[in-house]
Amino acid sequence: MIVLDAIDHGLLTALARDARHSASALGKVFGLSQPATWRRIKRLEQAGVIGGRRLRLDAEKLGFGVTVFLGIKLATKGRVSLEDFERAVSAIPEVQTVEHVLGRYDYRLRVVARDLPDFERVLRRRIMTLPGAGEVEANVLLSEERLAGPL
Amino acid sequence: MLDDVDRRLLRYWQAEPSLSPGDLADRCGMSAGKAARRLARMEENGVVQGVGVVINWAALGYAVEVSLRVTLDKTQGNAFDLFIVAARKVPGVIEIQTFLGRVDLRLSIIARDMAHYQQIYRRDILSLPHIADIEALMHVARIKTDETLPL
Repeated sequence: MIVLDAIDHGLLTALARDARHSASALGKVFGLSQPATWRRIKRLEQAGVIGGRRLRLDAEKLGFGVTVFLGIKLATKGRVSLEDFERAVSAIPEVQTVEHVLGRYDYRLRVVARDLPDFERVLRRRIMTLPGAGEVEANVLLSEERLAGPL
Repeated sequence: MLDDVDRRLLRYWQAEPSLSPGDLADRCGMSAGKAARRLARMEENGVVQGVGVVINWAALGYAVEVSLRVTLDKTQGNAFDLFIVAARKVPGVIEIQTFLGRVDLRLSIIARDMAHYQQIYRRDILSLPHIADIEALMHVARIKTDETLPL
């Protein structure tokens, strides 16, 4: 496993905030040359610590006023394959994330919609008709903050 | 307001967040200058919040991820505020969300292994203020993670 020092932590935190910082701009912040900074970022990418990049958009300004988290319990375990359920649920455009979990539910979904009537449409037409979907619990997201984590 | 061309730019950018403004212009069949102006405007008015790298905690040795669904004792008027302020200080908490629904709050917690999780849970989580009930969902796998909007 990759071992990181304080500078790597700083680079990761800075890149998580803004991945478009150039290696030379970041190098200045951390007292490194541009090639040294670039080598460190490459190393983080190669070790899989940087798992890709994400464009952050303001969902509300784009007309998506509602985010709902759904807990889904499969009704007919064993009869419907998990792969079938996962393939079908992942293909729904309004479903942003799908997590397989252990506990009260089998899957946890993050769903966006324009408003509550739009969410109801997604729920009735897309989610309730998924192969094997059983009990569904919905929680409407009110606020969300992401923290830097243990770096 | 956004038009179809803006949305097309965002669709390509969402799908490949590392594309440069020039690449995006090529994909949309428009001049680099036009694309750059549109992208700059969307960044100015906050539709585009930025691009960040996604940290893969598992590659850093955090093998365990747990969703803790928390119900608060709402007879305490400021239970939400006090809980959130305290939860921000817990190492390993990477997400705090509040909901309208069956649960009030959700914390995403990462830990190196089950022993480490147990330690965080007993020492830091159970001592958070105004908890009425906690339920845990243990992450098994991420099936879909892109968090894109259906533009």
